[in-house]
Amino acid sequence: MSATQDLAFGKAITAGLRAALAADEKVVLMGEDIGTLGGVFRITDGLMEEFGRDRVVDTPLAESGIMGTAVGLAYAGYRPVVEIQFDGFVYPSFDQIVSQVAKTHFRTGGAVRMPLTIRIPFGGGIGSPEHHSESPEAYFVHTAGLRVVSPSTPQEGFDLIRAAIASDDPVVYLEPKRRYHDRGPVDLAAPLRPLGPAATAAPGTDVTLVAYGPLVRTCLQAAEAAAAEGISIEVIDLRSLAPVDYGLIEASVRRTGRLVVAHEAGRTGGLGAEIAATVTERCFHWLEHAPVRVTGFDIPYPPAKLEHHHVPDLDRILDGVDWVLGRPNSLDSLDPFAPPRPLAAADGTERA
Amino acid sequence: MGSVSLNTPPTGMPHVPEPDLHQVLTPEGHRRPDHDLDPWLEDLTPRRLAELHRDMVVIRRLDTECTHLQRQGELALWPPLLGQEAAQVGSAAALHAEDFVFPSYRENGVAYLRGVDPLGLVRLWRGSTYAGWDPREVNLAAQQIIIGAQSLHAVGHAMGQQRDASTAVTLAYFGDGATSQGDVNEAMVFAASFHAPVVFLCQNNQWAISEPVSLQARRHIADRPWGFGIPAMRVDGNDVLAVMAATRRALERARNGGGPTFIEAVTYRMGPHTTADDPTRYRSAEEVEAWRAKDPIDRVEAHLAALLPEASPDGDAGPGLTVEAVREESGRAADEMAARLRAGLAEITDPGPEALFEHVYAEPHHELERQREHYRLYLAQFDGEQLDARPREGSR
Repeated sequence: MSATQDLAFGKAITAGLRAALAADEKVVLMGEDIGTLGGVFRITDGLMEEFGRDRVVDTPLAESGIMGTAVGLAYAGYRPVVEIQFDGFVYPSFDQIVSQVAKTHFRTGGAVRMPLTIRIPFGGGIGSPEHHSESPEAYFVHTAGLRVVSPSTPQEGFDLIRAAIASDDPVVYLEPKRRYHDRGPVDLAAPLRPLGPAATAAPGTDVTLVAYGPLVRTCLQAAEAAAAEGISIEVIDLRSLAPVDYGLIEASVRRTGRLVVAHEAGRTGGLGAEIAATVTERCFHWLEHAPVRVTGFDIPYPPAKLEHHHVPDLDRILDGVDWVLGRPNSLDSLDPFAPPRPLAAADGTERA
Repeated sequence: MGSVSLNTPPTGMPHVPEPDLHQVLTPEGHRRPDHDLDPWLEDLTPRRLAELHRDMVVIRRLDTECTHLQRQGELALWPPLLGQEAAQVGSAAALHAEDFVFPSYRENGVAYLRGVDPLGLVRLWRGSTYAGWDPREVNLAAQQIIIGAQSLHAVGHAMGQQRDASTAVTLAYFGDGATSQGDVNEAMVFAASFHAPVVFLCQNNQWAISEPVSLQARRHIADRPWGFGIPAMRVDGNDVLAVMAATRRALERARNGGGPTFIEAVTYRMGPHTTADDPTRYRSAEEVEAWRAKDPIDRVEAHLAALLPEASPDGDAGPGLTVEAVREESGRAADEMAARLRAGLAEITDPGPEALFEHVYAEPHHELERQREHYRLYLAQFDGEQLDARPREGSR
């Protein structure tokens, strides 16, 4: 009998958690509503019944409390897996993540490890209220001591959660929540693999398109649409956001000469900026065009009826592809050398 | 109706003596009966009292030496514990070796008693390292700078001990200011909800840098834990016996499945918050002098002086034990520690640039390895030059 099953993305993560709980009794799941309810997205469904209340812990409603006690459990030799219910709720635990989780190994000269996994359902596209659709990855990517990963398929959901829990470093595991119901084959006997390597999601020759998590599928759709126009896009699925596997990206860019990075998070200081800068440093002589970012805007995540404007879709990504190819695109009429427009004063007159 | 200004904080809680403040040894050195604490002091001998005296004297000396070392430019910073010797010695003396402690940055006396080498402490405050000790060797977590963050670590650690069915328990130190932090309050919620074998030891030293405790708490700090379902005790933090007894009681309660306890040790920071602080700007000399009269070491000496004439001839204190002998022995121990500290200072060398990149991650990280290699190649260009002889910022 094959170990490969057709599973929804969310259930593949559940299978990974179950495998990790079974493999190591030091693994403890903690979070709000994860036990009796099975999590608001049901990712931990059934695990409390299976492993008991000491292994799957319903916690008080306090994010810093969850994260800080997880640090203490790690100090005591456990491997806590913390669920933050929604991306926008991670901020109350931010101090514990950046000051404690990320730095304890360094602070103690390597004596105390922090094998913590922080699961965060992230990103938009499910019509949620405020604070339920954010992409906070840049904060964590910027924090030394943390690893950040995001799966894009059910198989990766299963593989990466096990790899994150097995890692002796703290890992922020970003779950693309609007993909929870996507189905795909999952090999439940797949060997444990290390965190880090990126993957070529689709081969191509004209443009390198880098994405992660929820946008990988959108980028594959863009590649398909471009192929119909005779443009060959290579889609790279980062999988690991920190560190980034630049080897695969560089090799691709040296072949295509063109790079587009896509993400939902706002542009300024985002991961796209980092990748564009690094690739420019290392592949300048191979580039036919400046790297281009297709991202969310520098705005708070908008209300549900507006989110389709904010989250890059297939067409906005293709517009970016047109840009690096020198084809007609939306930026053609935006003069990059135009002086900034004078600011309008409150009474409508122009300020000097 | 009287005129009550909303902006005026209360004028501070009355200090000792108070009906709810547990005290075993008065500032004059008299033993007072305490129904709750006396059972935890039944094994107390004059010899043990002399040891507590020695530990307080050594720690005071460690503290003054390090304060001087900071003034001499040997340490970047030092957070003095002067005045808090009884709170630190009394609580640390109650711990078993296998118990685990989460300190703030001021528990240097506790660290010493847990077996941390004074040079480890110095290395830390000198800025050579963040790791003055291996937490696993001394069962003491790394010192915590973020106010109150360690209280949650202690609860989580206790939850681990609970799962391990261990007889060891966890103790968390923090100050009065920390009780305003969300983390300390969340720690109490978690500790109560999970019945964690943890003891919270709050050294209320009256001042959070320049902010008086009256700005942090409108009621006694020990009143607060009750609302979380955690029993609390308010003890005279300058009374080493009261602190030791209360901590023993709380630790045993945790050990026996009784859950968390909160102790407010009411004490006073005689010095500045750190060596960078000037307390004369925010508190009066009268206040400081009033607390000087409650000195934790003086009261043990006064007690020994009253006790020893009867105890020394044939008691378990041993022949010839006098208060002078105790004072002399404690002073000698302090001298030895200080001499070791001063001598060891010369052996401390600055870590090399390689140390920058070590232990950021437990597993290989190729981007950091790339930065490390790049910096190594950069330094290699200086070929033979001493790295530290290069011009530093501002000297070019």
